[in-house]
Amino acid sequence: MSDKKTYERPVIVPLNTGLMNKFGTRTEYQPVIDIDGNPVKDLLAKYGSPLFVLSERKIRENVQSAKRIFETRYPKVQFAWSYKTNYINAVCNVFHQEGAWGEVVSRFEYDKAIKNGVPADKILFNGPDKSREDLELAVKGNSPIHIDHLDELYLLTEIATEQNVKPRVAIRVNMDTGIYPMWDRFGFNYENGQAWNAINKIIATDKLNLIGLHCHIGTFMLSAEAYGVAASKLAELAISIKKHHGKSITYIDLGGGFASTNTLKGSYGIGADAIPSMSQYAESITTALLNAGFDNDDLPWLYLETGRALIDDAGFLLGTVLSNKRLSDGRRATILDFGLNLMFTSFWYDHKISPAQPFGSHTEDCVLYGPLCMNIDIVRQHITLPPLNPGDHVVAHHMGAYNITQSMQFISLRPAIVMIDMDGKPHIIRKKEMLSTLEKDEVMPEYLDTFNL
Amino acid sequence: MKLNSNVAVSDSGFVFNPATGNSYSVNPVGAHIIKLIQEDLTDSEIGKKIAEEYIIDAASVEIDLYDFKQLLETYKLLAPVEK
Repeated sequence: MSDKKTYERPVIVPLNTGLMNKFGTRTEYQPVIDIDGNPVKDLLAKYGSPLFVLSERKIRENVQSAKRIFETRYPKVQFAWSYKTNYINAVCNVFHQEGAWGEVVSRFEYDKAIKNGVPADKILFNGPDKSREDLELAVKGNSPIHIDHLDELYLLTEIATEQNVKPRVAIRVNMDTGIYPMWDRFGFNYENGQAWNAINKIIATDKLNLIGLHCHIGTFMLSAEAYGVAASKLAELAISIKKHHGKSITYIDLGGGFASTNTLKGSYGIGADAIPSMSQYAESITTALLNAGFDNDDLPWLYLETGRALIDDAGFLLGTVLSNKRLSDGRRATILDFGLNLMFTSFWYDHKISPAQPFGSHTEDCVLYGPLCMNIDIVRQHITLPPLNPGDHVVAHHMGAYNITQSMQFISLRPAIVMIDMDGKPHIIRKKEMLSTLEKDEVMPEYLDTFNL
Repeated sequence: MKLNSNVAVSDSGFVFNPATGNSYSVNPVGAHIIKLIQEDLTDSEIGKKIAEEYIIDAASVEIDLYDFKQLLETYKLLAPVEK
């Protein structure tokens, strides 16, 4: 065994005096050496670098905790897994095993949910893009269809008339909940009467079975109170429907948008300190519903399409340092083997990045770049880290939501995805891509087959 | 290149330049390299020495050394080369 010491790149940092900062300088002092008991270096050696890793334990803990929080406050709660957040089949099935239905926003997601075994009547079909064929399929499966616009409403009415069926529908409602920006591009507006107009059309034509009211007020919502406002407005609509049309609404769907513990760019503190807790969201929503004036035996179900908050912190991206360099302005730059191609969300988050090996107490400011030959490929514009050597490993946190579904084969192929089960055993849930993956559907016209150089 | 003669370097990695009044913190490998620079070793000798003591190859040390010396120069800790 060598008695040589561990090498750390030489670092010299000026000591500055200045105004006191009550938060101090944030550095990631703890290395993340393993994920659920699996050493990072072993995972990378076995499955290649970079590598997406998901913790099944963390996912289940998150879902069970969220269910407990809502179910202790409201008697009728149903979660539906938001496929777009992470639609790797193994991930979806963990949620389905925990009792979540499916929530999809496209035909391909709908087909995925069906293939995963979700009963069609437990798939909520959202989104502005549903073709006639998609709607016919959803009608056949008795899936709740969340109508986004009048064109869809008319098309669905047409299909219902042709097929002499009464599809189960909800309308998506957008509204002012006191937050900015107001998401008014989806659904029908509450304040200007569009939503009430759509409801009256549905009930008057009697071709569609209006069973729900849906909204999705925004994303990464930093105000729990906004959900209370949304729940009150939907409840008010439901009560008006009962009063004017004598019809009870089966469910109120508050959509998603709960924040994860990730840190938004520009935040003063870290994400976990800035966001409302799941209990605050739950308290706000359930209080509004319980106080809305529903009869006790006529309380609607509360549907939730929470995605990000249930999976973001269960996902990691492991990678390797490719190189170090110094920029012209003196800043240190470290180049990693993953970048925007795999972490699209670094456009709006300052992802926490931890070294995966022990290090000394010295740190330095640096920029973290990805491997793409593109100037915008920046993982962190500014981060304080211990000196990293080429070949060292790093762990990017909060990678569970949207990064896998938005990752792209731009310049680099997409890496493997591993899920670590409840016993700490890793399972490959999507293989590393090969050139053949990318070229599988390419077609070469015969006349372009050869060339002379 | 030599370290400015009046620059003080402590064993714990505290560097003080009385000429400018600035102080710096340096990690153990950096402190070791500064000591070797004070002993007038050439870059390749420093690289070899570090590689003997640490788990690293001499070529990699030289890459880091080049950058480190640039920083020392920026912070005016190195004496100007006499022409």
